[in-house]
Amino acid sequence: MRSRARIAELVGPVAVVVVVGIVAGLGFVSPDREVEILRALVSVAIVVSLYVFVGNSGVISFGHVSFVALGAFAAGVMTIPVSLKPTITPGLFSLLADHSLGNVPSLVLAAAVGGIFALLVGIPLMRLSGLAAGIATFAVLGVTHNILLNWTKVGPGPLTLTTVPQTTGLLQGTIGAVGVVTVAFFYQRSRLGRKLRAAREDPAAARAAGIDIHRERLWAFGLSGALCGFAGGLFVHQAGTLQAGDVYLDLTFLTLAMLVVGGVGSLWGAVVGALVVSALDSFLLDAENGDVGVVKDVLGRQLWGGSRLVGVAAFMAIVLVLLPDGLTGGREFRIPRLSWIRRRLRGSEG
Amino acid sequence: MTENAQTLLDATALGSIYALMAIGIGLVFGVLRLVNFAYGQLVMAGAYALALTQDAPVVLSIALCFAVVLALSLAMEFAAFRPLRRASPMTMLVATFAISYLLQSIALVHFGAIGKIVVVIPQLTQPLTIGSLHVRWITIVTILVAICVFAALTLFLNRTSIGLQMRAASIDSQTARLLGVRANAVITVAVLISGVIAAIVAVILPMAVPERILVTPDYALRETIIVLVGVVVGGIDRLLTATLGGFTIGFAVGALSGFLPSSGDWPFTSSVYLDSAVFMLVIVVLLLRPEGLFARPHRSAVERV
Repeated sequence: MRSRARIAELVGPVAVVVVVGIVAGLGFVSPDREVEILRALVSVAIVVSLYVFVGNSGVISFGHVSFVALGAFAAGVMTIPVSLKPTITPGLFSLLADHSLGNVPSLVLAAAVGGIFALLVGIPLMRLSGLAAGIATFAVLGVTHNILLNWTKVGPGPLTLTTVPQTTGLLQGTIGAVGVVTVAFFYQRSRLGRKLRAAREDPAAARAAGIDIHRERLWAFGLSGALCGFAGGLFVHQAGTLQAGDVYLDLTFLTLAMLVVGGVGSLWGAVVGALVVSALDSFLLDAENGDVGVVKDVLGRQLWGGSRLVGVAAFMAIVLVLLPDGLTGGREFRIPRLSWIRRRLRGSEG
Repeated sequence: MTENAQTLLDATALGSIYALMAIGIGLVFGVLRLVNFAYGQLVMAGAYALALTQDAPVVLSIALCFAVVLALSLAMEFAAFRPLRRASPMTMLVATFAISYLLQSIALVHFGAIGKIVVVIPQLTQPLTIGSLHVRWITIVTILVAICVFAALTLFLNRTSIGLQMRAASIDSQTARLLGVRANAVITVAVLISGVIAAIVAVILPMAVPERILVTPDYALRETIIVLVGVVVGGIDRLLTATLGGFTIGFAVGALSGFLPSSGDWPFTSSVYLDSAVFMLVIVVLLLRPEGLFARPHRSAVERV
């Protein structure tokens, strides 16, 4: 019984991601919707990467988008054809300007850059917890953004990176998201993950049991940084263009809110949060374009431009106020057992 | 020499504004243990109120600004802070994040992305010449206002019953409640005072910081972020240390932007890298003094936050 429940915790989220990918891939939806679904899959990858650290350690991080940003810029800058680099991002170091990579190597590079940066930053930062940790990780985001925005030797600086090959289609997006979910699952089930979760529940008891909290957090931070870098690679290969502003405050807010809306404490929560918020976002976008019949009937017109932002933010605020533990309540996915359903139907006997 | 003096004076004024915002954030944190990321949006709402009543008499316009900010503060308290009182600090922080974005996007839909000019009292932006020093009146007024607010608040917290209750609640809210402090009353008063300060900032900021003369949906967001950082760096547990933290980071930002050259090839060599320099300093300070730069170090076996 235990092992069945354990496998369900992996199979549930993976199945949802795969179904979403297949629905889009089999041509049931319009091309516009396909792009939205692809973006949702990339969001799943980013939010689950964030969850690996925040969910397991219980320490908030506002800095993870800096790893996404590094991964995205690394993958983007390195996949532009060498001949185009002088026009798109002049002033690069010659090492960056004279070489280009294929799609898969660039994703590996993105993961490596994100992971190494996270480990380096994490060595001092993981000593902090609570608000100090939140602010310090935010400071990392601030520094990264500021440098990416201005330093033209490593990227386009204030310009936009264009002509990045759009290699992340539905297949790669789905595989990428499933890969991240699987790594997250095996990490949280591993010795390392369990030690970190123990430290989250009771730091004093965990320390008494011989757990080195600093080291456990650092591993999670590094792994989470590598996954974020990888997700950043997917992000840039999906969008095709990239500006420093795309991977800054808005994305930080959106991904954190997705995680908290779904439920910080569980992998299932991270996946559900990312998908639900993405779904709401694309529904409201349709309503703004006048493509949703119900909304048109009720209002007599399409939704006002910009309502999408208001709607998503309002939804998040409402969920957080009414359900502070998120939509899943921080629980993992469970297959409802027949006996449980029967009992529910009969009333509260047990 | 005079240039340096001028830069330092401007930096002091900027520090004063940040200190005011730090007081507003610190007061609410004291009684609610809630970091209000949406504080800047109160300032934004006030600034829009000022911008839209440009033609009305100044007094009326400022009164309206106060009314709008106070109403919005109370709405936040009743609709969001109160239901969230038992939530984890992280949920509360992300919820205020969401509220901040909600207000920003409402402003974006309603007023558009193009800024509106706010001129509250044009006379205050005129320069005053002392010897070879040219100082704008608003610089002096800002510093004076910050000092007055801090003095008034100190009197309030030490000399009035509700002020003492507020301090008691911020030191140990459970014991305070057992001793008869009414939590709701104390929290409402704290939220209101913090709203008054936000309104004051909304009046001063457009005059004091030249690039803040345009009200946009993300008005005061940058200030809020830097102040939040400053408050935590200073020590968020006590109002004095939080305020000092806000002032220090504002002063640092002002001074660095005055003294750094405006161009340079490598990171940290010019004022475009100002944010990096400030945030790096912040990280260093947090590593050395995680409980806050000005806080008394206290020893506990394990941090329980």
